[in-house]
Amino acid sequence: MSGFLLAQVLTGLANAGALFMVASGLSLIFGVTRIVNLAHGSFYMIGAYIGYSLIQVLPGIVGFWLAILLAGIVVGLVGLLVELIVLRPVYKAPELFQLVATFGVILVFQDLTLMIWGPEDLLGPRAPGLRGVIFILGEPIPKYDIALLIITPIVAFLLWYLISRTRVGILVRAATQDREMVGALGVNQAWLFSGVFALGTALAGLGGALQLPKGGADLLMDFNILTSVFVVVVIGGMGSLPGAYLAAVIISVVNVFGVTFLPQSTLVMIFVVMVLVLMIRPYGLLGREEGAGEHGQVGEPELPFRPATPKTKIWVTLGLILLAMLPLYGSNFTQILAIDILVFCLFAASLHFLLGICGLVSFGHAAYFGGGAYAAALLLTHTGAPMEIAFILAPIGAALAALVVGLICLRLTGVYFAMLTLAFSQLLWSLVFQWGEVTGGDDGLVNIWPAEWLKPTEIYFYFAFILCVGGILFLRHVAHSPFGYALRGARDNEVRAESTGIHAQRLRWLAFILAGTMAGLAGGLFVFSKGSVFPNELEIARSFDALIVVFLGGVKTLTGGVVGGAFFKGVEEILTRFEYWRLAFGCLIIIVVIFAPQGIVGTLRKVYDDRVRHRA
Amino acid sequence: MTPVLEAVGLTKAFGGLVAVDNVSLAVRAGEFLALIGPNGAGKSTCFNMLMGQLKPTQGRIRLSGEDITNLAPRQIWAKGVGRTFQITATYPSMTVIENVQTALLSHYKRLLAVVPYAHYLYRDEAMALLEMVSLAEQADRHCAVLAYGDLKRLELAIALAHEPKILLMDEPTAGMAPSERVDLMRLTADIVASRGVSVLFTEHDMDVVFSHAQRLMVLNRGQLIAEGSVEDIRQNALVQEVYLGGGATFKE
Repeated sequence: MSGFLLAQVLTGLANAGALFMVASGLSLIFGVTRIVNLAHGSFYMIGAYIGYSLIQVLPGIVGFWLAILLAGIVVGLVGLLVELIVLRPVYKAPELFQLVATFGVILVFQDLTLMIWGPEDLLGPRAPGLRGVIFILGEPIPKYDIALLIITPIVAFLLWYLISRTRVGILVRAATQDREMVGALGVNQAWLFSGVFALGTALAGLGGALQLPKGGADLLMDFNILTSVFVVVVIGGMGSLPGAYLAAVIISVVNVFGVTFLPQSTLVMIFVVMVLVLMIRPYGLLGREEGAGEHGQVGEPELPFRPATPKTKIWVTLGLILLAMLPLYGSNFTQILAIDILVFCLFAASLHFLLGICGLVSFGHAAYFGGGAYAAALLLTHTGAPMEIAFILAPIGAALAALVVGLICLRLTGVYFAMLTLAFSQLLWSLVFQWGEVTGGDDGLVNIWPAEWLKPTEIYFYFAFILCVGGILFLRHVAHSPFGYALRGARDNEVRAESTGIHAQRLRWLAFILAGTMAGLAGGLFVFSKGSVFPNELEIARSFDALIVVFLGGVKTLTGGVVGGAFFKGVEEILTRFEYWRLAFGCLIIIVVIFAPQGIVGTLRKVYDDRVRHRA
Repeated sequence: MTPVLEAVGLTKAFGGLVAVDNVSLAVRAGEFLALIGPNGAGKSTCFNMLMGQLKPTQGRIRLSGEDITNLAPRQIWAKGVGRTFQITATYPSMTVIENVQTALLSHYKRLLAVVPYAHYLYRDEAMALLEMVSLAEQADRHCAVLAYGDLKRLELAIALAHEPKILLMDEPTAGMAPSERVDLMRLTADIVASRGVSVLFTEHDMDVVFSHAQRLMVLNRGQLIAEGSVEDIRQNALVQEVYLGGGATFKE
């Protein structure tokens, strides 16, 4: 038994290698540049592909290891290019806006990888000289695992040496603490950022190449690793290398034991570990409390709200009337597409309310959208309740989830808040994914159709139209109400708000519940329009869609969420007809980020205001 | 007569460092009381305890006889304490008048209302407050574009919105030009006199202190070393030593 346990631990430690490298890269990049690099998984993926190709060319033992090393270097250079072309122009944009750009990078890399290496999964080449197993206490351990057990601490040590013993490392650490001061002391910040980004991505590439003999390369690697990497970085503490190592080991070992003892709940266990750690140590095992920062609010201060002018009101009303008459002139397909867009706009508007009005960046908003959809679908499937009742449960269920999650997450701020919301949404996703008997697991829940009277497409269109437009207008109205003003006050200046009697935490909690309810409503509309729901509605990718949309539309504008949502869904609808739509979409997103850092609405307004000023 | 605000044996220790050591003070109704002292004397720590931002290690704080020692800032505010900050604290995303309206919304307990449009509520009352600090003309300007001196006056209007019994002003003239300082303090003194509000303020600028304060308290290294009228403090040997004789030195 002790041999078995040891084997488990060793496998866990070996698996921790790649995870640690990718996570430490992400952690480094975040610490210095404050960029949450969503594309980090993509660098890991291309590291694996490039490593694969290099191994084909370079023969023998030396060739194998050289290929892995080269893969890391090449990925680092690619990372450098990405930093120079995509990220450098947007450092001055509001904090977290850069993550939109990195999201564009994900899409571009997905299609580029598909173009170059094709859709087939690549079987990892075995390491020459390290085939087979050796026996430790009677248990077989792959030789390559032993190699990983040795390599990982070496990489970790070199990294530690670089960061804590060299001049470059001092600069990196200084920049982690106070970027401006480092700049003021005459260090060229731009190149420091580029260097760190290249190093971080090189680590991801190295991780990708190193795991080739264990896992090969496939096109889903980027998102698959991203979740685990976020978990590791958050558990270890953002910016802490020893923390990343410790967390990578914990997660890998938990995973290996999970596979052996509780194969049906491995994912759940990992996210339970994450939630537990963050509840006890909100800044991760070895992380430090985050310094004061203006989250999502850096850059020009937001303009005061202006009530809509009569002219705007007329245009909006005309637009709504035109939309309401869609069943008269639009095909069945167009109406379904319109429902999709409306539902997505409501979902985006609910996240925009959190981001824009409350200054709360949630990375897990899909939990309430998908949660609402699942609440309705589960009630319908298991009790055969009338559709109307099931539908009402969608916003209610989402509200209850938001109530609990908000209560716990709101003790944190900034990126840690974002990460904890992500952890909860992943927990929900893994529950749904793995609790197959109840939720259908990967097969989802099907046959979730609306009641007879709602079945005709045009009727359902009006149903969705009224609820979505109503919900969006309600959220907009709340922003203008005393409640919205109090929330903005608490966001702008919490100390001032608290010393004028505003209970910031409680208001934010209520706002979080409201946003969750609206996302749940959107989820309910979604499930009955599609007739089914799958775990991907709860996924990290869905949360990111909403985030991207809000930033794309403009966080600091009231209509940002809705406009971004319509733009995103509309463009996606057109582009997905083409083969390499991700490439085009990714480039489009990057272009918007570079040329319209205020978001679509913010930039349009700026152009309009400038023109008015010119005329005056 | 019960003092408006009273602190007894107030102490704050950060680990081994005792930032405020057994300070007792009382602000009487309608009084303009200055708390002065060199850098690091413990003035701001004192203030943060009075307003509830910091919990005292020891000691009690009473507002009109009622114990408010461990209340949160918002609860202390609700009991009638207004506050301005060393670095102005306003809401940069709102207009000037909306800043005041938000304080009024809180005062009238309308923060949870979702139905009315906030910028129509209490506009007249907010405008009256802005007139008082001569900001009425700028009412609909974006707060973020205001000059620093104007922000200070806006903050004063916000702090007075709920008709407090006492105003705590932490370095009200910090970062202002000398002429503006005199104006702001004169304005504050006038308002205070006409509204019967008591003021406790900290200050570095001795001109401001000596021309407006009715009574002074001097802190040094966390301890209260002198208290009295302007004239008393001017003559006080210990104070002279602290201010002129090398600041916060140890006493031999």
